[in-house]
Amino acid sequence: MTGKAEIVLRLDAITKRFGKLVANDAISLSLHRGEVVALLGENGAGKTTLMNILFGGYTADSGSVQVFGQTLPPGNSRAALDAGVGMVHQHFTLADNLTVLENIALGVQPLKDMRLRKQETCNKIKRLSDEFNLIVDPSARVGSLTVGERQRVEILKALYRDVKILILDEPTAVLTPQEADDLFATLRLGIQNGLSIIFISHKLHEVMAISDRVAVLRHGKLVAETRTADTDKNALSALMMGAAAKAPDITATTPGKALLSLKDISTPDIANNPGLKSVSLELKAGQIVGLAGVSGNGQAALADVVGGMRMPSQGALVLNGKTLTQWSPRAAVQNGIARIPEDRHKTGTIADFDLIENAILEGYSTALFSKGGWISWIKAKAFATDIIQKYDVRCPSPDTRIRLLSGGNMQKLILGRVLEADPQIVLANQPVRGLDIGAVNYVHSQLLAARDRGAAVLLISEDLDEIMGLSDVIHVIAGGRLSPGFARGTMTPAELGIWMAGQGFDAQVAHAS
Amino acid sequence: MEILDILISASFWAAAIRIATPLILATMGELICERAGVLNLGIEGIMVAGAFAGWMAVYSGTGLWVGVAVAMVVGMGFGLLHSVLTVPFGLSQHVVGLGVTLLATSSTYYAYRLALPQVTSPPKIAAFQPYEIPILSDIPLLGQALFSQTPFTYLAFALVAATSVMLYRTPLGLAVRAAGESPAAVAAQGLSVTAIRMGAVIVGSGFMAMGGAFLTMSAFDSFFFEMVNGRGWICIALVVFGSWMPGKALLGAVLFAAFDALQIRVQQTSFGADIPYQIFLMAPYILSIVALVLVSRRAQVPAALMVPFNKGER
Repeated sequence: MTGKAEIVLRLDAITKRFGKLVANDAISLSLHRGEVVALLGENGAGKTTLMNILFGGYTADSGSVQVFGQTLPPGNSRAALDAGVGMVHQHFTLADNLTVLENIALGVQPLKDMRLRKQETCNKIKRLSDEFNLIVDPSARVGSLTVGERQRVEILKALYRDVKILILDEPTAVLTPQEADDLFATLRLGIQNGLSIIFISHKLHEVMAISDRVAVLRHGKLVAETRTADTDKNALSALMMGAAAKAPDITATTPGKALLSLKDISTPDIANNPGLKSVSLELKAGQIVGLAGVSGNGQAALADVVGGMRMPSQGALVLNGKTLTQWSPRAAVQNGIARIPEDRHKTGTIADFDLIENAILEGYSTALFSKGGWISWIKAKAFATDIIQKYDVRCPSPDTRIRLLSGGNMQKLILGRVLEADPQIVLANQPVRGLDIGAVNYVHSQLLAARDRGAAVLLISEDLDEIMGLSDVIHVIAGGRLSPGFARGTMTPAELGIWMAGQGFDAQVAHAS
Repeated sequence: MEILDILISASFWAAAIRIATPLILATMGELICERAGVLNLGIEGIMVAGAFAGWMAVYSGTGLWVGVAVAMVVGMGFGLLHSVLTVPFGLSQHVVGLGVTLLATSSTYYAYRLALPQVTSPPKIAAFQPYEIPILSDIPLLGQALFSQTPFTYLAFALVAATSVMLYRTPLGLAVRAAGESPAAVAAQGLSVTAIRMGAVIVGSGFMAMGGAFLTMSAFDSFFFEMVNGRGWICIALVVFGSWMPGKALLGAVLFAAFDALQIRVQQTSFGADIPYQIFLMAPYILSIVALVLVSRRAQVPAALMVPFNKGER
């Protein structure tokens, strides 16, 4: 795009603080008609905050927003919508118990209207669906839709209001590659129809593929603004991180003795989640065991058994040569199992507790932090401060509520919490889901460091690249059954894919008989 | 056999509808509040205040319908207090609700003593009289049960229909339901969650006060302390029983009232005489708990019920 096209949106010196954290520091940005501007930055760089200010979700401390030359009143989503700005939030703003039609119709008609125009709404949704290739059933309950479909509803919500400017906040974070391609096709259709788009992402290849111009945010500051054609992934990566991103080096190690052995473990199925079916697995000192598989194939059951959340219905758990008869989350912690849970928001942290409290969630009752039933907050604070420094947790202060931190910083605190105890076993369940490259590399280097210290690491991930990059031994889980272990470099992704589809097992049975 | 005789008598069903009316009114009020995401435990006290305000207005010389309006306005006042504390301030809905109930109840008793310092027994007013709807009231059984009630009862039934139409057929109703399901979705569409929730609580509280007013202006003709007697709490359960749907909540109210009417009559039968009367008093409550357990497991709770919404919070 050339600079000749009309400027449809201008952000002028936007500044926003949350407590002591400066989320946006005097950011200015403009968008031209028919242009896609990518807003690139690590988690916590201030992208979402900036867009929420534009859309009236937050009120800026200073600065102004102009749409088609008109200054928007601050903190007013209605004014933004009326001016033609629509936003697709990263965390969808949909009511699950209402239908697609109801979600789209919400707030469109004046509230004093006596009748909700369902038929007209339905017709317009169908027309837009066809026009933008956003197929979704208007009468379906939103709660019954897939994530990809929900995002289509979010986009339809904006298009229904004839917006001219569409903001998409991390739209591909929740999509499969196929769904992401469909989304890009839809966006291109939108641009042909005169839409201007701000696309927020931390995925470089997407930014390169879809955008005309890139604005890079780092620590709340706009550090660069450039035409996409004039840059490349490496340059953008360096701008985003402040230094070129570098994946950790991996050196081979010789594994030690088995620290935790699962012998013919089975667990019952729970709802749609398969339990384990006679799973045997050894976690050895100084070794990373990768667990590959499509989500919902028994990973949760295995993680629960190792983490002490579930007692197997059959089979034996052997820890340091002793067969366990009692097994609980507390026993797991006491026996040196470091747990990095799959969902850091729900099970890893307590959102409204501060960093100090979250840092001692697992160890609060140990001699480290308590004496005679009293918690020593001095020791707890020292511990939290120590983690914040060592693990580079970016936060205003240790007594900040953890909900104010970005996902990456939350994960660093969890890492510090469990790794500082020098655990002998590390259970890392989806440890880098939703993190940016900098944080991903950091988490991986910490897992490797734990391995090199002699810990046994169990890495569960749906990302095959991550599994193949880090693991010394790879097992595949499918339908609750576990494949044999494959040493690093002996399997191609396609070969692992056969196991992930559950086919390798049958061949194995046929071979044995 | 005696119970069967009761169940097919028109006077029994007429009594059931009469007993159901205050429950229907207050349940609609609570349902509107909860659909918008606010649990209003002020209901019990707001009913007391409504009962007194309507009766007192009529006793002071206004017309009956003006009395109903006065009761509603007083209820809306307490609704305003409740909604200011729970919606923009985001305080605990339980604590605020119970506080409003205590405040409304005790300030009503205080107002009663101020207004009538000398009396030993409360004065009576000329209450609503039954109005037989032509033709419809001639239908056997149904006619006497449904169409020979006071106009206040007809108003209650009309309000159920109006609530249902409002919730499901108007943009306003959609906004109210969405506020109880996902306030973030409401805000993202440029509507004010605060205004919608406060409006729902204020109007809902007005309905609750009308439920109370029915007691003093139609069911009876005078005001007594303790006359609301836990009906507000029953309405909270009826909302759950009705799965937050006006029609089902209406059925629940009639069902509960029928149990209540039945127990009064069974007490007077020969087999009822052998059983302590307290058992009969308990019966509607026990049955409503049983019904609640059976019905509400499938109920679709508004997802954001009791979840305060603060715009701009991360």
